[in-house]
Amino acid sequence: MQYETLLTAKEGMLGIITLNRPQAMNALSSKLVTELISALNEFEKDDEVRCLVITGSERAFSAGADIKEMSAMTAVQMTMTGHFFPLWDKVGRYPKPIVGALSGYVLGGGLELAMSLDVLVASETTQLGQPEIDIGVMPGGGGTQRLTRAVGKAKAMEMILTGKRIGAEEAKTLGLVSRVVPKEAYLEEAKKIANEISSKSPVAIRLAKMAVNKAFEMGLSEGLDFEREVFYLLFSSEDKVEGMKAFTEKRKPEFKGK
Amino acid sequence: MEYETVKASASNGVLWIALNRPDKLNSFNEQMGVDLLEALKEGEKSPEVRCLVLTGEGKAFSVGEDLSTNKAMIESGKPVLLGEVLKTKYNPIVQRIRRMEKPVLAAVNGITAGAGLGLALACDLRAASDRATFHEAFIKAGLVPDSGTSFWLTRVLGLGKAMEVGLLGEPIDAAKALNLGLVNWVFPDATFRGDAAKIAERLARGPTKALGLTKRALNRAVVVDMDSALEYEMYLQDIAGRTRDHVEGVRAFFDKRDPNFTGQ
Repeated sequence: MQYETLLTAKEGMLGIITLNRPQAMNALSSKLVTELISALNEFEKDDEVRCLVITGSERAFSAGADIKEMSAMTAVQMTMTGHFFPLWDKVGRYPKPIVGALSGYVLGGGLELAMSLDVLVASETTQLGQPEIDIGVMPGGGGTQRLTRAVGKAKAMEMILTGKRIGAEEAKTLGLVSRVVPKEAYLEEAKKIANEISSKSPVAIRLAKMAVNKAFEMGLSEGLDFEREVFYLLFSSEDKVEGMKAFTEKRKPEFKGK
Repeated sequence: MEYETVKASASNGVLWIALNRPDKLNSFNEQMGVDLLEALKEGEKSPEVRCLVLTGEGKAFSVGEDLSTNKAMIESGKPVLLGEVLKTKYNPIVQRIRRMEKPVLAAVNGITAGAGLGLALACDLRAASDRATFHEAFIKAGLVPDSGTSFWLTRVLGLGKAMEVGLLGEPIDAAKALNLGLVNWVFPDATFRGDAAKIAERLARGPTKALGLTKRALNRAVVVDMDSALEYEMYLQDIAGRTRDHVEGVRAFFDKRDPNFTGQ
């Protein structure tokens, strides 16, 4: 598929989505959001794709929602269109793992998008923030919930109430991103991680991702029950048989997703 | 580019930036902070510039903050808010120099004090004239080392000597500065500019990308643990290995000739 605001590519088992509105620092316009949902659907259906990488440019992963577009919107329009809700819903429930390759500005809706991905690699030039407060609104795409779960209340409050950005190293210390690498290497590093994930059993990866996400939605005992059930379920997969056999035979397993 | 308080001139791949308020011993007023930052940005952007030199016009390198501002504030009964001065004037300069992926040499021509010392320390290398003197003047004004001085002084001299310099604030002449490791070279004043130019031009002929990456690696190494430094080195070496200058360096080594680096 050809998109106006995105570039998509397949590299082996990876599906790569590059946000591509350079003149607008990859601001999330409704066009971009619609196309991103289509691209996600496309890769979801593609059985060859085991893991996704979503990235922007070195200068900006995404500087947030398109303010020009939003300034004309009324409460009723926001309600009736659901604004970006279909995107948050899509990304939030996406069955395949997604690695975010971040660099430059990751602000507002850009950070909310990043936080709904699974593994985050950041270039050392990355700046992350929820600056919505500076334009008289507040995060509306999960920022108040996901940021608080990621970094704790005090830091989330500081970032959301002052709009202040943090750098890549601080984000790593806070656990908001998992790796910080030089700006020349972030995309490559993200692909490396995505390739590593792709080499595992797709069934186990899918259930493991689901179980980790449940940690944010369930109480501990329900979460543990859920984990145990999906863990048992994996014992019926061919990949489990292959994985354990390869281990005892001291060779690399060949996972098929069955 | 023309600046009000800074002279910038490029030659042989080197951008010379001279602080130019000689009658005020190159103390920093607001304009000089703005001009220096702009000149640094200009040098950083220009592909022809492959090394920057910071120096001073007249008999001083720089004596740091213009204390007459503080005096005026005190006399008018206003609170002296120095944090804001650091945030807007000095800190961006220190960050710009240290993060710039080109070598920056301080050519310390004379008296250096306060934030002037901070500025010299922010540079990657320091060449001093034999008439240069260094004054860790903060303590004499009842202040603490700022503009990165506490950070870089500790890392350049080691904690023991940094404490001595920071707490006593005794003047340091060029010979002692060399002995402390505060400067890398001392040259006779008569030939100083030419001697500093030789070092700068040598750097300007270097493999600029690799020099920039080396700066990144070393600046990071002083703030992280060994394992992180090893990991970071690995990434940077991957990057350096893909430069044209690396290819040229390897060829020159086997051809037994001097490499001809282009900075690419």
